[in-house]
Amino acid sequence: MILSIRQVVKKYSEHLALDHIDLEIPRAKIFGLLGPNGAGKTSLIRIINQITAPDSGQIIFDGEPLSPKHVDQIGYLPEERGLYKKMKVGDQLLYLAQLKGMSKSEAISKLRDWFIRLDIKDWWNKPVDDLSKGMQQKTQFIATVVHEPKLLILDEPFSGFDPINANMLKDEILAIKERGTTILFSTHRMETVEELCNDIALINHSRVVLAGEKEEVQNRYKQNKYRIRYLGRLPAELNGMEILSENGQLATLKLGVGMSSNQAISQLIGHVELLEFQEIIPSFNDIFIQVVNETNAYE
Amino acid sequence: MNKILLIIQREYITRVLKKSFWISSLLAPILITAIYAIPIWLAMKDKEVKRVEILDLSGLWKKSDLVDKEVEFVFTSGKEQELKMTFASKGFDAFVSISKDVLANPNGVHIYTAKNIGMSLKGSVEKLIQNKVRQELLLKAGISSQIYESTQVNIDSKTITVSTDGEETSSSSGGAMILAGIMGLVLYVTLLLYGSQVMNGVIEEKSSRIIEVIISSVKPYQLLLGKIIGVGLVGLTQFLLWIVLTIGLTQITGKFYGKKVKNNLTQIQKIDSEKQSNLISNGDAESPMSEVTKVLESTNIPMITAAFLFYFFVGYMLYSSLFAAIGSAVESATEAQQFTFIVMIPIILSFLMAQYTMQDPDSRIAFWASMIPFTSPINMMVRLPYGVPAWELILSMSLLVLGFLGCSWVSARIYRVGILMYGKKVTWKELGKWLFYTG
Repeated sequence: MILSIRQVVKKYSEHLALDHIDLEIPRAKIFGLLGPNGAGKTSLIRIINQITAPDSGQIIFDGEPLSPKHVDQIGYLPEERGLYKKMKVGDQLLYLAQLKGMSKSEAISKLRDWFIRLDIKDWWNKPVDDLSKGMQQKTQFIATVVHEPKLLILDEPFSGFDPINANMLKDEILAIKERGTTILFSTHRMETVEELCNDIALINHSRVVLAGEKEEVQNRYKQNKYRIRYLGRLPAELNGMEILSENGQLATLKLGVGMSSNQAISQLIGHVELLEFQEIIPSFNDIFIQVVNETNAYE
Repeated sequence: MNKILLIIQREYITRVLKKSFWISSLLAPILITAIYAIPIWLAMKDKEVKRVEILDLSGLWKKSDLVDKEVEFVFTSGKEQELKMTFASKGFDAFVSISKDVLANPNGVHIYTAKNIGMSLKGSVEKLIQNKVRQELLLKAGISSQIYESTQVNIDSKTITVSTDGEETSSSSGGAMILAGIMGLVLYVTLLLYGSQVMNGVIEEKSSRIIEVIISSVKPYQLLLGKIIGVGLVGLTQFLLWIVLTIGLTQITGKFYGKKVKNNLTQIQKIDSEKQSNLISNGDAESPMSEVTKVLESTNIPMITAAFLFYFFVGYMLYSSLFAAIGSAVESATEAQQFTFIVMIPIILSFLMAQYTMQDPDSRIAFWASMIPFTSPINMMVRLPYGVPAWELILSMSLLVLGFLGCSWVSARIYRVGILMYGKKVTWKELGKWLFYTG
């Protein structure tokens, strides 16, 4: 584990922002931190970044209790992000890299590599004011990763990116993960979660309401539903199965408790020519909505 | 620590590289030099000797009566009607006619000029005529010219400061006042100027949203401290530039004028040698500049300079930390206005109090004004040229440091919460609550 969050509580004067949060974030994986607005994601991220301190609880970073020396090993791209407008791109990145503990010469050589990689060589002396929003996003991304952190925290990294740059960013994130960096991803966009994340945690009302490895979580929320394509006529009733919808070629079935897919198939092939038999995996969008609604109702 | 240095460096360099910094650094010395040089230049311009033709119908004036360093008089005779038409063509700047009954009728003097030559010529002609008329009238009343001369006494007092151990230094209270006034004004302007620069820097970081990135690398207090020190160093750099440039410019203009003054003097001596003594005693009162020079000689310059730098830097730190707290609580400069007045009031108040302090530097008000941390930077600097007991200075300095520590504690707590607070209208009550937030 690169990061263990244990029983973290954070209270603001009016409300409890984090209520005994426990999370384990495995090394060199992409971890999705999900949750509706105001659930406590930003509070948690700020605590990990040591911008604020928890009221109680413990955070273990790379085997040691989290302490100020660790800030240089964390890279943070906040959701609301900006740059010094009047400063030149190169000077600005150099400054931010040095604030993360890099030496000047080291920072310059690393920044050069990034400028070449992202094809922005001639930006070094441009003031940030002259850059388009997408260009500024690239600059901010470089600032987040140039010091090669062990843990990269990205809060809605894709917001504001056009599809081409978003793709580029996705590739860079995957490449960084391959090099052994852990990525903590905070987002609302479920398609990126499904595409990129290995593990997820869902926070709602200051609590972790769902956590685990991505496929395992999806399995947990499977409802034993299958989609079939077939030729022939489906009987109106099937043993131990419920026909949820049917249009003569496609049907959705819900298998009863205790019925295996093999049993279902053997029954179906007695009635129709089965062309496809596919389990319906719940989308994270559905899981998200379902869990949030359940916990809201519980509240 | 290293990170604070980086922040100081950035704050300093970005500001020093700005055009506005150089404009204000250059403009102020030019302005000061101009304030000091233009009156001299104007005075010298007037000292070009004017030639005046004079028609004295009363016959009271002799050539020796009409001596002035700026005007050369030439007696003439003829008809006023003709002379007033011809003086200009003869190369005179003016023509003066004095009526026969000038003693009885003081309005019987006419000055004709080709063009408007200004007040100073009119003044010197009138003064000469008036002196003679008075002298004649006194003589008629039975007072001799010797008695008259002997009553024309100029009082020029010398103020001497006597310390308790009996050491005497000649001082000038007028000069001390000027020095005090200048230092008070400079502190007033720079406290406001650099304090609000810190505030705007904080607002810039907050509104551009770079703040969250920065404070994930450094602690908020490090950023705050780095910014305050960086901007403060910009202020010191500006002082240094002002001093060096002002001294340089005044030296250059001084050299330039020095030559001209000498030329003028020889010219004056040429016109009139016997009445030299008269000229000197008629000379103007001591100029403010020479008063200041006198004060500079009689005061302890290294001590004043050190105290000035101390009061500037600590006073600036105190106020700029408060300005920073305000900047952190708001999202735009316009929103800040409703809070800045509370920080500006003590600065303005201490400047107003300084006016009283200057009048009476040992009064009770002056004492307290120079002790209370908020008003002490300006008021103590205003008192210092007049001389302040060491214990008062030490007490005032210690109180200022304590005041700074207190203010920076309050400010740092507001700042830490404020920089991350968006989309919330901040009230005083809210700011008060932030003081007691944990973590």
